[in-house]
Amino acid sequence: MTGSERRSKHCPGAAAQAPGIAVEKLTVGYNGRPAVVDVSLELSSGSICALVGMNGAGKSTLFKALMGFLKPAAGSIRIAGCGLHQAQREQMVAYVPQSEQVDWDFPIRVWDVVMMGRYGAMGPLRWPSGEDRRLVRRALERVDLWALRDRQIGALSGGQRKRAFLARALAQGARVLLLDEPFSGVDISTERLIIDLLIERRDQGATVLLATHDLESIPSFCDRVVLINRTVLAYGDTSEVFTQANLLRTFSAAAPTAPHP
Amino acid sequence: MDVLLAPLLEPMSLAFMQRALAIGVTVAVVCAVLSCFMTLKGWALMGDAVSHAVLPGVVIAYALGLPYALGAFVFGVGSVGVIGAIKQHTRVKEDTVIGLVFTGFFALGLVLITKVRSSVDLFHILFGNLLGITDADLWQTVVISVFCLLVLLIMRRDLLLFCFDPSHARTIGLNTGGLHYLLLTLVSLAAVAGLQTVGIILVVAMLVTPGATAYLLTDRFDRMTALAVLSAVSATVLGIYVSYWLDASTAGCIVVVQTLQFLLVMVLAPRHGLLARRRLS
Repeated sequence: MTGSERRSKHCPGAAAQAPGIAVEKLTVGYNGRPAVVDVSLELSSGSICALVGMNGAGKSTLFKALMGFLKPAAGSIRIAGCGLHQAQREQMVAYVPQSEQVDWDFPIRVWDVVMMGRYGAMGPLRWPSGEDRRLVRRALERVDLWALRDRQIGALSGGQRKRAFLARALAQGARVLLLDEPFSGVDISTERLIIDLLIERRDQGATVLLATHDLESIPSFCDRVVLINRTVLAYGDTSEVFTQANLLRTFSAAAPTAPHP
Repeated sequence: MDVLLAPLLEPMSLAFMQRALAIGVTVAVVCAVLSCFMTLKGWALMGDAVSHAVLPGVVIAYALGLPYALGAFVFGVGSVGVIGAIKQHTRVKEDTVIGLVFTGFFALGLVLITKVRSSVDLFHILFGNLLGITDADLWQTVVISVFCLLVLLIMRRDLLLFCFDPSHARTIGLNTGGLHYLLLTLVSLAAVAGLQTVGIILVVAMLVTPGATAYLLTDRFDRMTALAVLSAVSATVLGIYVSYWLDASTAGCIVVVQTLQFLLVMVLAPRHGLLARRRLS
């Protein structure tokens, strides 16, 4: 039985043509105070979308909602036609964290980190199979970290650290990739490698959503752009949405567009 | 030869010493394995809270004639629930809530222990009674320890992932809330087991120090676990001997030895020790 057969059995809605991420009228926040209001997005399979906004505009909140850490106060999230939990159990979602969120002193090797991408597909004891090892090796080779696989994770450079977490997402084989600031603190060659990799995954049908401050690189590889400040200011094809006027609107702090409670 | 070995062998001919060593080592192993997760997760304060909060549970269980492990477990996990609930529904910060709840539970325990007539000796609960353990206590501790070790063995990779990167754990569909409470449940159980050896006050040392010592010695989790166990077991054995020779508090001796081990490693550890760091910089 292949993965897709199993998937269709558990989640009837899952189909290749279903949008990778479908967010409908989502409102979510902390302790009853909404941080993101009435967000609707539909990201098709085989596309890369940049999420752009100021600090505190709600990017992290949206990510937390997409990972199931925050319960929506209103609205819904569907991944490839499935509910969020179902999609997570089926290994459809992978997350590449911000560098600041990781404990780099943790006693764990690069190999172990990437192997964690396979945990969801393993049995309850998380014993890796030959296939798991093969996928981890392939992912490590793809990001040029095979030679450094026995290093403690914090003994890597900034760019290498990012690549290690990207390799974990690759090993997982998820069709939806969430990346939080993938280009912060990385060198040019790593940025190039990450972009090439995202394009490769997109061409294989993956949906990629990345929060980024690196505005310059966006037009070179992002198909779509979402501009947010508590709610969606503009959303659509990069060529249409990624304009000077829209960016000005996004980054002018004096314009709270969301309704005050 | 006999002259050299006599101080080591003589205490071993005493039944209470054999028992103390057996149970001390068992508890040391469980707490040491758990301490690796506690130090990596940054839960030292949480461990302190849970171990103190079990006191009223122990008193009530004794009074009702139930196994004290049951009472301790209910109150240990209960305190965590209360901490979580207060934190979620008020604006008070987490460390404040922890400090507030565990002292409240502990104080309740003190009141109960002085009002409820029972055979419970406060001093033994607070500071351990390793040299006077009964058969029933011994079996309870063994059962708890074996259970905890089995769970830790089966769940260790999930727990490790939970400590390292809960976001990833969540996105691959693991029940992170469940893992959170599993770890806290294990801490409550370990606190109950540790109550026998070092008592409620010092059990947090068993749940933190071996992990911290091992953390300075290696960059691999499996080795860290092995080193934590080694350190905890050796400190327990040495501590029991020292307390026998000096006729001093057993719990105190064990924890002092453990702390000395940490200080030694902190200075001398090959890569993360103070001397090594100075050499590097």
